[in-house]
Amino acid sequence: MRPQLVRLSGFGMTTAADAWQVLPSSDEDVRQALRLAKAEGRRIVLRGAGRSYGDAAIRPEAVAVSFERMRRILSWDAERGILAVEAGGTVGDLWRFALPDGWWPPVVSGTMFPTVGGAIAMNIHGKNAFREGTLGEHLAWIDVMDSEGQVHRVRPEDPAFRAIVGGAGLVGIILRAAIRMKRVPSGDLRVLAVAARNWREQFEVFSRHENEADYLVSWVDCFARGSSAGRGLIHAAWYSEGGRSTLSLEHQELPDTILGLVPKSVVWRFLKALNRRSAMRALNGAKYRLGTWIGNGKMEHQSLVAFSFLLDYVPNWRWAYLPGGFIQYQSFVPKEAAPRVFESQVALQQRLGLEAFLGVLKRHRPDGFLLSHGVDGYSLALDFKVTPRNRERVWSMAHQMNELVLEAGGQFYLAKDSTLRPQDLRRWLGPRLQEWREWKRLFDPSGLLTSSLAERTGLIDP
Amino acid sequence: MRTYERAIVVGASSGLGRAIAARLAASGCRVAAVARRLERLESLASEAPPGRILALRHDVRRLDDVPEAFDAACRALEGLDLVVYSAGFMPPVGPTEFDTPKDRQIVEVNFLGAVAWLNLAADRFLQTRRGAIVGIGSVAGDRGRKGQPVYNASKAALHAYLEALRNRLHGKGVTVATFKPGPMRTEMTAHLRLSRAMDPDSAARIVLSKAHVSGEHYLCLSHRLVFAVLRNTPSWIFRRLPV
Ligand SMILES: Cc1cc2nc3c(=O)[nH]c(=O)nc-3n(C[C@H](O)[C@H](O)[C@H](O)COP(=O)(O)OP(=O)(O)OC[C@H]3O[C@@H](n4cnc5c(N)ncnc54)[C@H](O)[C@@H]3O)c2cc1C
Ligand SMILES: NC(=O)c1ccc[n+]([C@@H]2O[C@H](COP(=O)([O-])OP(=O)(O)OC[C@H]3O[C@@H](n4cnc5c(N)ncnc54)[C@H](OP(=O)(O)O)[C@@H]3O)[C@@H](O)[C@H]2O)c1
Repeated sequence: MRPQLVRLSGFGMTTAADAWQVLPSSDEDVRQALRLAKAEGRRIVLRGAGRSYGDAAIRPEAVAVSFERMRRILSWDAERGILAVEAGGTVGDLWRFALPDGWWPPVVSGTMFPTVGGAIAMNIHGKNAFREGTLGEHLAWIDVMDSEGQVHRVRPEDPAFRAIVGGAGLVGIILRAAIRMKRVPSGDLRVLAVAARNWREQFEVFSRHENEADYLVSWVDCFARGSSAGRGLIHAAWYSEGGRSTLSLEHQELPDTILGLVPKSVVWRFLKALNRRSAMRALNGAKYRLGTWIGNGKMEHQSLVAFSFLLDYVPNWRWAYLPGGFIQYQSFVPKEAAPRVFESQVALQQRLGLEAFLGVLKRHRPDGFLLSHGVDGYSLALDFKVTPRNRERVWSMAHQMNELVLEAGGQFYLAKDSTLRPQDLRRWLGPRLQEWREWKRLFDPSGLLTSSLAERTGLIDP
Repeated sequence: MRTYERAIVVGASSGLGRAIAARLAASGCRVAAVARRLERLESLASEAPPGRILALRHDVRRLDDVPEAFDAACRALEGLDLVVYSAGFMPPVGPTEFDTPKDRQIVEVNFLGAVAWLNLAADRFLQTRRGAIVGIGSVAGDRGRKGQPVYNASKAALHAYLEALRNRLHGKGVTVATFKPGPMRTEMTAHLRLSRAMDPDSAARIVLSKAHVSGEHYLCLSHRLVFAVLRNTPSWIFRRLPV
């Protein structure tokens, strides 16, 4: 297991770092990586599929332990739906394995590439966050290696669980996990599309469906102003009865071409040509108008994969943001304050001429994890293009937005973060930060585990 | 000028290397400044914005020390985008002097030290598929002149080595630039009475503007033209020229 110097970047491509990558295949290999780092006086950064947007899975000159060779399915209880898998198994591996038996991951991200280790370390949520919470609420156990090489089986009732799940890869090394899968009646969903003319209608539609829909998500046109500000398209979805055939992998796979014509692999090049403010304004407007004409208020059937992993339709779509990359700014705000805060955020980015090319609204619920992003409220995720010219302005805008979120008692999400400063982090986490650091000290007394994010935000002392 | 975030400059205590390090630091780059005279490097660091310049004492003739120094620099800088090898040695040499120990030092500083540092840079950049390598050669390496046989030879060797690196690394995301300055007003030339010499800061500006452009670069058009002619001048004429 010779370390290889590689350039690693976050998904948003705004930060990158050279690190010494090792690819363990076993617990013993992971232990060897710990020894190697100690012997060379380097620190360790853990890395899954690198789908975090910012700098959570990079750290210059560190030993980067990547889990792509540890992705075996270890056991499957098809009666109770408990799937044990190694940390490098991906969300895609999970559904491909279990769906033919009628089970689906309880929580999935908007892309199927994240690994189980990365997903637990960030405690991901899905479009069902308001019903099912975060992934950490659906685990039977996790196996965690501390920085001395000891392996612990940690269960939800163990107090350390709250620190490791969502602990951003800084408390311990997740080796394996057992996930309680969700039984589904079919591989399809009934999906209802509703156009909302403004913020008020957005929140009305969410309130109407939050007690009975299985999934809820909305797209927001961040260019629309005045009485149209906050307009967008909401999708509510329900598990549906359907034939067993819908559980097959063939039924689920995403097509290789768009409209049967354009190979998906080239689509990012078209997107790149459109990756400008004027074109994006027009595109967002057109998408909204199209949504009001076609399918508004209609129910359609969609496969679980097509609904869940919309973003995987276009491979490498992020390259459209090259060369500067992009950040996602996602904040989580209690339901009473969310309309006010999100309206102000969107107005602010418009005033600055830095409109997000994509905005996504979701409903959440609180959970008890120490670095949790869960709230009884909403999140708004905004994708901002970054260029060498606008970089400073984007960061300073994010800091202004933080102020709005913190005043309202909101939360942030480390998987998406690129802009939090130590002062923001301290205000956000309050006493939770000390409590979490004590767990970190217990599992990682030598402070071996780190990341650029951890050092930037002051999560750990550099 | 392209901006760099992390650079190593070898030979940063004086002349061209110092000017390059100062300019890099002023542009926001973090620089590991390498040379023997630590106090010089520290005074350079104190003139730059705080924390930008890291002084690293090292004698390039100690080839076995290079890997450790290189690693220390990369760790302290938290990565590497650019390496500039500017260390050079050109002692006065009499017209009939043949002093092997002196010549050996010239080769060690101008050539072997460069090989030791730039080999490591090439290896690292090849792995990360990015980076810029800059070697400071000299117009003196274009021909074998009477006055400085081994200095000329060491620069010619450096040029050939850099050309080979450039060819090896072509298409791999790594650039290799050779600069061939003419006379510059620095400590190296303090004992000579130079009439037309470039000041090192102007030279540094030109070097940094083309540091990521693979190829051989003269610092001014007139040198490019004159040396195109000189390189092709037959020896029996060349040895009669007052150069
Ligand atoms: C297009 C897209 C859509 C997304 N949609 C959503 C969404 O809907 N909901 C959501 O919650 N997130 C979403 N995300 C974010 C993504 O789910 C998280 O960033 C997730 O953590 C990525 O997993 P990864 O395997 O790529 O981990 P990485 O990004 O590589 O690492 C994430 C963190 O996990 C740590 N880590 C990795 N492996 C381990 C391990 N074995 N043990 C301990 N720590 C480890 C790393 O150190 C790092 O801190 C989305 C991301 C993208 C790119
Ligand atoms: N000046 C000119 O007219 C001219 C013309 C063409 C090309 N060049 C070339 O340009 C480069 C820079 O020259 P310069 O004019 O700036 O010379 P300079 O002012 O004399 O500087 C030379 C630098 O090299 C360093 N150096 C020398 N020996 C070293 C050693 N053993 N270990 C570590 N560092 C060593 C010196 O640092 P320490 O002494 O502190 O170690 C100093 O920083 C050289 O390669 C030179 O050959 C110069």
